[in-house]
Amino acid sequence: MITNPTGRLTQGQFSFLPDLTDEQISAQIKWALAHDWAVSIEYTDDPHPRNTYWEMFGLPMFDLKDPAAILMEINEARKTFPNYYIRVMAFNSTRGVESPAMSFIVNRPANEPGLGLSRQEGQGREIRYGFHAYATDKPEGERY
Amino acid sequence: MDSNGSGQITDAAERYKSGVIPYKKMGYWDADYVPKETDVIALFRLTPQPGVDPEEAAAAVAGESSTATWTVVWTDRLTAAELYRAKAYRVDLVPNTGPGTNTEAQYFAYIAYDLDLFEEGSIANLTASIIGNVFGFKAVKALRLEDMRLPVAYLKTFQGPATGIIVERERLDKFGRPILGATVKPKLGLSGRNYGRVVYEALKGGLDFTKDDENINSQPFMHWRDRFLYSMEAVNRASATTGEVKGHYLNVTAGTMEAMYERAEFAKSLGSVIVMIDLVIGYTAIQSMAKWARDNSMILHLHRAGHGTYTRQKNHGINFRVISKWMRMAGVDHIHAGTIVGKLEGDPNMVRGFYDILRESHNDVNLERGIFFEQPWASLKKVMPVASGGIHAGQMHQLVHYLGEDVVLQFGGGTIGHPMGVQAGATANRVALEAMIMARNEGRDYLNEGPKILDDAAKTCAPLRAALDTWKDITFNYASTDTPDFVPTTTGSI
Repeated sequence: MITNPTGRLTQGQFSFLPDLTDEQISAQIKWALAHDWAVSIEYTDDPHPRNTYWEMFGLPMFDLKDPAAILMEINEARKTFPNYYIRVMAFNSTRGVESPAMSFIVNRPANEPGLGLSRQEGQGREIRYGFHAYATDKPEGERY
Repeated sequence: MDSNGSGQITDAAERYKSGVIPYKKMGYWDADYVPKETDVIALFRLTPQPGVDPEEAAAAVAGESSTATWTVVWTDRLTAAELYRAKAYRVDLVPNTGPGTNTEAQYFAYIAYDLDLFEEGSIANLTASIIGNVFGFKAVKALRLEDMRLPVAYLKTFQGPATGIIVERERLDKFGRPILGATVKPKLGLSGRNYGRVVYEALKGGLDFTKDDENINSQPFMHWRDRFLYSMEAVNRASATTGEVKGHYLNVTAGTMEAMYERAEFAKSLGSVIVMIDLVIGYTAIQSMAKWARDNSMILHLHRAGHGTYTRQKNHGINFRVISKWMRMAGVDHIHAGTIVGKLEGDPNMVRGFYDILRESHNDVNLERGIFFEQPWASLKKVMPVASGGIHAGQMHQLVHYLGEDVVLQFGGGTIGHPMGVQAGATANRVALEAMIMARNEGRDYLNEGPKILDDAAKTCAPLRAALDTWKDITFNYASTDTPDFVPTTTGSI
C-alpha cells in the first residue's frame, strides 16, 4: 500500500482530488476541445514514474469534437481494463509546444501496492537508486 | 562649420581636429537614423546633469557604450568608424517628470548598435558594451537600462535554455498545471541529515520540487556532498512512495568553475534531474553551466541572487526585463521572476512583462507591461519563471490567474510553516492547486470564486483547511517602486 497522503499513485493533474465524476471528466474534455487539443486515452499496469509509453486505447481522437463521444470511449476503456491505470491526455500541436497539455488519471486498480526503492551502494557513500513496481513481479495482464 | 540636420560635423578635417567636441557633433546622435533589422537596440532612462541637453546626454551614452573616448582620436579614421558608432536616434521625456512635477526630468533614449560591435554567443561581451562604462559617466546623473531589442541574427548565436519549458515537462511527466516547489528552511544551519528530512516530507506530501536556497553552498554545518547525498535519498524515497518524478535543486554555486563542475557532476551521478546556480556567479559562468546542463540532460535553475541591487530603483540600474532577456539567451531553464502577491517587489504589470519575455515565442510591444520592443525569440526555448517569496495556498486563485500555468509556484514558509507539519503543508498546496486548475478548466470564474473553491476543497482536506485558517489575513500590500511609465493611466515616478 502506498503511504503518501493520498494512499495512491499521484501522477497526473488531479490525483490529490476525489475521483472525477463523468460530469467532471466531460468538463475537462471540453477545456481540451476548446483549445483544439486532441484527446487521447492510455492505460497501463506499470506505474513506474519513468514508464512513459502507456498503451494507447486507440489513436488520439484528432477528429472527434463531441465530448459525449469521447466520454463514451473513456468508459469503454474502463470497461475493458477495469483494473488498470487509465489516463486521459490532450495533445497540443501548436508550434513551439507540440507536446501533451493535459494528463489526468480516470481509472485505477482497486489495490495500489505502489513501488519499492532499491539501493545499490557504491564508493564514497554514493547510492544508485532504482524503483520497482511490486505489481510488475507478475506478467503483463495479470498484475492487479 | 558644416553639419547635418542632427548636428554632426560633416567636414572630415573639422571633425577630427584634436580636442574635445560634443558627442552629438561627433556623430553619436542621428535623429533620422532608422535602425536596421540586425541592429541591437537599447532603451535607456537617463537623467541628465543639470543643464545638459538630453540629446547630448543620449549621444554621450551612445558614444561611451560604443567607440568613443572623451576626446577626438585620429585613429578613428583607420576604421569604418561611421558604422561602429552607436547612434542615439530618439529621446522622449518620461511622463510625469520634468518641469511642473516633483521629479527632475528623465528621458527615454533609444540607441542603436551595429551587430558587428558584438561577439557571437557572449553575454559578457554584450554587457561589457551596453553597461560597461556608461553607468558611472559624469554627464548623466542617473541611468537605467530599461529594455533591449535583440536581433534574430544575434539570438541565433546563443544556445538558449538548456531544456526549456516543454522538454522539462516531458521529463518530469507533469502537464497542464503549475509545478510546485518549496525552499528548505531554515536556509542555514541544518545538518545534511535534518535537511533531507524537510526534502522528503515536502516531496512526499505532494510537491514536485524542493530547493536549496541561494546561500546554501558548503558551509561548516553542512558540506555540499552531505547535502547532495541526503537530499537525493529523500528525492528517491519520495518518488517511490508517490510514483512521480521528483527533484531537488542542488545548488552547485561555488568559488570556482572547477568546483561547480565537480558538484554538478556529482549531482548527475546521483541521478538528480536538476541543478541550481545563483545569478551572482556571473554571466560567463552561467553560460558555461547552461552548456553543461544541455550536454548532460540537466534542468538548470537560476536564483536571481543580487539582482535587487541594480533592478529595483527606477532611475538607475538595469530593469529586470533586460536581465530576463539576457538569461534566456544565456540558457537557464528556471528563473525567479516575481510573484505579484508575495513579499518581494513587483508591480503586477511589470511582473507579467517579465513572464512574457521568458515564456513567449514572440513579444509584441506592450507598454503597459513595460515591453518597449517587438521581440521575436528565434525559437530559443522558453524559460520557466519561478514565483517565490511570501506566497501561500490561500492565494492560489490569484497565482493561477496572474501567473498562468507554466510557472513554478514555490511555497517555502507556506509549506514548512504549516501547523500540521511539512508534509501537510505540501498536501495543502497541492490540493489547492489541483482544485483551482480543475475549476479553471471547467470554465468557472475562479478568480472571484477562488476563496469558495478553496473552502470546498478543504472540506475533504484538513491540511488545506489549516493552511487557509493560518494565513487567511496575510497580504503584502506595499507600493511598488518599479512601475510602468507609459500606461493610459500613468503612474508617478518615484
